[in-house]
Amino acid sequence: MSKKMHITLTVNGKEEEFLAEPRELLIYTLRERLNITGPHIGCDTSHCGACTVTINGKSVKSCTLFSAQANGKEITTIEGIGGPDDLHPLQSAFKEHHGLQCGFCTPGMITRAAKLLQENPNPTEAEIRFGMAGNICRCTGYQNIIKSIQAAAAEMNAAKEAAE
Amino acid sequence: MIPASFEYYRPKDMAGVIAILQEHGDEARVLAGGHSLIPMMKLRMAEVPHLIDMQDVGGLSDIEIGPDRVRIGAMVTQSDLIDDAALAKVAPILREAALQIADPQVRYMGTVGGNVANGDPGNDMPGLMQCLDATFVLIGPDGERAVAARDFYEAAYMTAREDEEVLTAVTIPLPKGGYAYEKQKRKIGDYATAAAAVQISKDQNGCSAASIAMTNLSDTPIFSEAAGAALVGTSVDDAALKAAVAAMLNDIDPTEDNRGPIAFKKYVAGVILRRAIERAWSRA
Amino acid sequence: MKDEIDNRDERVANLKGLGCSRKRVEDARFTQGKGNYVDDIKLDGMLFGDFVRSPYAHARIKSIDTAAAMEVPGVLAVLTAADLEPLGLHWMPTLAGDKQMVLADGKVLFQGQEVAFVVAEDRFAAADGIELVEVEYEELPVIVDPFESLKSDVVLREDLDPKAPGAHGPRKHPNHIFTWEAGDKAPTEEVIANAEVVATESMYYHRTHPCPLETCGCVASMDKVNGKLTLWGTFQAPHAIRTVVSLISGIEEHNIRVISPDIGGGFGNKVGAYPGYVCSVVASIVTGKPVKWIEDRMDNLMTTAFARDYHMTGKISATKEGKITALHCHVTADHGGFDACADPTKFPAGFMNICTGSYDIPTAYLEVDGVYTNKAPGGVSYRCSFRVTEAVYFIERMIEVLAIELNMDAAELRRINFIKKEQFPYKAALGWEYDSGDYHTAWDKALKAVDYDGLRAEQAQRVADFKAGKTRKLMGIGLSFFTEIVGAGPVKNCDILGLGMFDSCEIRIHPTGSAIARLGTISQGQGHATTFAQILASEIGLPADSITIEEGDTDTAPYGLGTYGSRSTPVAGAATAMAGRKIRAKAQMIAAYLLEVHDNDVEFDVDRFVVKGAPERFKTMKEIAFAAYNQAIPGLEPGLEAVSYYDPPNMTYPFGAYVCVMDIDVDTGVPDIRRFYALDDCGTRINPMIIEGQIHGGLTEALAVALGQEIAYDDMGNVKTGTLMDFFLPTAWEVPNYETDFTVTPSPHHPIGAKGVGESPHVGGVPCFSNAVQDAFRPFGNRHTNMPHDHWRIWRTANELGLHD
Repeated sequence: MSKKMHITLTVNGKEEEFLAEPRELLIYTLRERLNITGPHIGCDTSHCGACTVTINGKSVKSCTLFSAQANGKEITTIEGIGGPDDLHPLQSAFKEHHGLQCGFCTPGMITRAAKLLQENPNPTEAEIRFGMAGNICRCTGYQNIIKSIQAAAAEMNAAKEAAE
Repeated sequence: MIPASFEYYRPKDMAGVIAILQEHGDEARVLAGGHSLIPMMKLRMAEVPHLIDMQDVGGLSDIEIGPDRVRIGAMVTQSDLIDDAALAKVAPILREAALQIADPQVRYMGTVGGNVANGDPGNDMPGLMQCLDATFVLIGPDGERAVAARDFYEAAYMTAREDEEVLTAVTIPLPKGGYAYEKQKRKIGDYATAAAAVQISKDQNGCSAASIAMTNLSDTPIFSEAAGAALVGTSVDDAALKAAVAAMLNDIDPTEDNRGPIAFKKYVAGVILRRAIERAWSRA
Repeated sequence: MKDEIDNRDERVANLKGLGCSRKRVEDARFTQGKGNYVDDIKLDGMLFGDFVRSPYAHARIKSIDTAAAMEVPGVLAVLTAADLEPLGLHWMPTLAGDKQMVLADGKVLFQGQEVAFVVAEDRFAAADGIELVEVEYEELPVIVDPFESLKSDVVLREDLDPKAPGAHGPRKHPNHIFTWEAGDKAPTEEVIANAEVVATESMYYHRTHPCPLETCGCVASMDKVNGKLTLWGTFQAPHAIRTVVSLISGIEEHNIRVISPDIGGGFGNKVGAYPGYVCSVVASIVTGKPVKWIEDRMDNLMTTAFARDYHMTGKISATKEGKITALHCHVTADHGGFDACADPTKFPAGFMNICTGSYDIPTAYLEVDGVYTNKAPGGVSYRCSFRVTEAVYFIERMIEVLAIELNMDAAELRRINFIKKEQFPYKAALGWEYDSGDYHTAWDKALKAVDYDGLRAEQAQRVADFKAGKTRKLMGIGLSFFTEIVGAGPVKNCDILGLGMFDSCEIRIHPTGSAIARLGTISQGQGHATTFAQILASEIGLPADSITIEEGDTDTAPYGLGTYGSRSTPVAGAATAMAGRKIRAKAQMIAAYLLEVHDNDVEFDVDRFVVKGAPERFKTMKEIAFAAYNQAIPGLEPGLEAVSYYDPPNMTYPFGAYVCVMDIDVDTGVPDIRRFYALDDCGTRINPMIIEGQIHGGLTEALAVALGQEIAYDDMGNVKTGTLMDFFLPTAWEVPNYETDFTVTPSPHHPIGAKGVGESPHVGGVPCFSNAVQDAFRPFGNRHTNMPHDHWRIWRTANELGLHD
């Protein structure tokens, strides 16, 4: 066992300080140390995207990042995207358009989709497919995921227009 | 999957990095995006007792476009390459290739330096850099040196980089003419079955220069001088294309894996190369 | 009052019952990251267990030294077979009547086999401990080919008496498991011998894996004070797991509580019992602390249940006009090192005898030989009812091959051989009685929807263009028409480990007119909490939104056999309707009492009982519910509850017609799915939105299997496809949009006429994708090529047909 490190993360707006071995992957910090169990482990080799979180504005697979690397950074998980009182349009749209089944990929999927809509508020179907290709879903065949993201994009754009 | 324990370092400058490398030799590895190294550590196929995180070392994340060359810091990510509009203007092949690497999350983390320095035959950037005749800047205890991309790769995971050196930047002469990066893969996130990088120039006599390299068809990237030469002076007609493909096929040495047997890979290499040349030529 | 009587449509809509695309109640928690999967469970003092696994596919174990591992800080115990033997737990029974090593007992039979179980305070220490367990192996000859296995002198299963019969009768060879037959051998052979036309083909349905996004795992917690064991896990059949754990551990069943929390997809992978479950239970008993075991992805792909691995040889005979006269099928089934298939006891090859498909084939014979090899055990039904995917693939390929033999259009060949509507219920040659169907209507609708004739004309033009050198892309039109057999099943012929395959529902109506219903099944993404409430809403007249559905806790749910083989709607869905009808029967009596009329003078109307002929006189179900708890009604017990255990009289037989249009790059082997049309008939449709979602998902899994997904071994028995780099799970980029359509032919014996749908798209999809690839090459002489049709194998087909320079 190597020396433990002092690590500070800001997770969903809350500062978290702890001591951890350098080999502690961010996904384990989130899930086991901080009880933030929305992000999941699906493949362990950075293919499936179930562990996707946002770190300093970038979509990242938290199974392939040591918490030590994230020291000092801001992390958003599905729990920080929206809750019962402030649902994100993507969260409503996934329910409305049946964009999920077993739900295991959903937190990573929505977290990535939220970032995708920041990168490109008006994506075409092909752009959504390409932009979501780091997230694997075994249940839905993606068709309703695409539909959900399109619907959320439309809603967010309409809200933005109304506000302007 | 849990990696073995290691000591973690996050030096603030290059001197700090080199000091750790000097102390621990091949027991130390530098970490950029980590998307090649960390999975290997998790599978316990790479043992790294001393891990040096490069993120706090300044000056490695810039893209500088000069009058003759582009300089790309080692910590520039694939997504940085994709998002840089000025770069896309002067060297569009970089964007075209980067978009074909892995997936959005991995491109946010994966760096140019990691991709070229790792020596993984499956990585896309090494072949691309050979096509572009890039130079790699290495820094070590004895200072800085430059190594041509075309001289850098010795075998799978074996490169001209010494254990105590760090790759800090890639410089590329401003590419000229038409370009194409063509890649066949089984799915997003896969390495290439075959990939080709082509830069090609045209004058009134036809093809005036051509540079061609391919990926994942040998234990190193393959820059084929003969393939480029086969196009120069031609109108890039069928005969020239055939000659270029034949030259390349002579230079590659693929092995069988889950993507298919050798005969298939050679055939597809020819098809992909031909398509890359045709597309590059149409843009020249 | 009049409004309330007249607004019947509104009242129906308010229930969100059958036929409504009700949004899923599960989604709130999943979209907010608040699902509760097994790896989310965290208990005080919880330990972690993980396996030392064999790097060899066949080896004798000379010694195991755990001393160094025990020195790792945090490692508390290392279990080996020697530790489990005194408890009689070093082997466990499989669902197929065989037994399987829990931890390697003297030898290993497949790569990745469990050798020792390291128990530690955290995952990190467990992982470090594994590295330090020293196992000395002596390599043995490896057999990865079942045909070679049946000829080999190498005995894989030294624990079995080579001459003794197995669970399914006599064995022909020490590496042989069973022979299973259906139909009439001699008459079939005779018809084929004298037939005008015979097509013969051998095909290999490759080994693949269900690979749900969540791997398998569990948390075992032995409460030594109270003598109670709680086991949370990824169980598709929690009640059966409880019984198995009781039988093998000796803990009385009432002292075991099995809980399936949210499950991140199953697809058959989570039906069986795995060594990890047994070791976690033992470790919890030994340490007195909760123990968690979670597979990583490599463990999952290499060791937990695979699917398929069927070598099938068929002969199909017909008249010159194309009327099929007989079908003969032989299967050599590779079951790996142990026979751990998940099939009903009497069906060691599952329902492979549905392989006459949707066709009126008068004579047929099927013979299946199960064989041991040095591969992982399993043989589960990956998104299908028991071996139905194999059966449908077989017949849908045989039809195509026969069409080639007859030089006939494959769509027309299907049409002239379909079982006719008026023939239902139809008794098939291999024994099953199909409940209902209208195949011609479905087929015609499908072919019209895609403009089949237009597609064939386009394809002919493409072939001409290809031959003229104008294109290097071929066009394939994939057809499939499938009939499934799902909803296992009638207790008279379906059991697993002696447990009849009924299912159950228990309903409690609360005083204020809401309800909870508990079932013996368990959702893994199918949306049971949404759809079962819809069935009930229509049956009992309370809004689906007022009904909670609960599954997966064996302490509270009635006994049932779980969710796989599309059995939830056909069996538990029927139990739900039947329990609802019991509620309604009592409600009728309460209503009659309240309305002061005779029981027979009231009738059910959507959400109430009304006095016949006087619609203004009624009691709503909400009112009746309250009355059940508040009135002393002569002759009636208080309360409003019911339970139903439903033993289905027959299986259900969903069917469908699929068409795929694909372009194929002859030079790279890259396929491009241009169009996919899927018509499904699953009988009564409970929730069209969920049906459509199931179809999209099943088709995508079919695409994966047909076009690249495989568990491949090298000659040494090493798994070559152990990570998601090589094991093909398509991303959004590789998947097309699907067009869905339907007809409705209710099941005559199911209480609401529903048949089940979750697996149809996979069963029908695999042959459809495969047929599209094969059809593209038909004009150039292709007859059959094996899946998976990945780039290089498609390229090889083109190459062998001389389509490259």
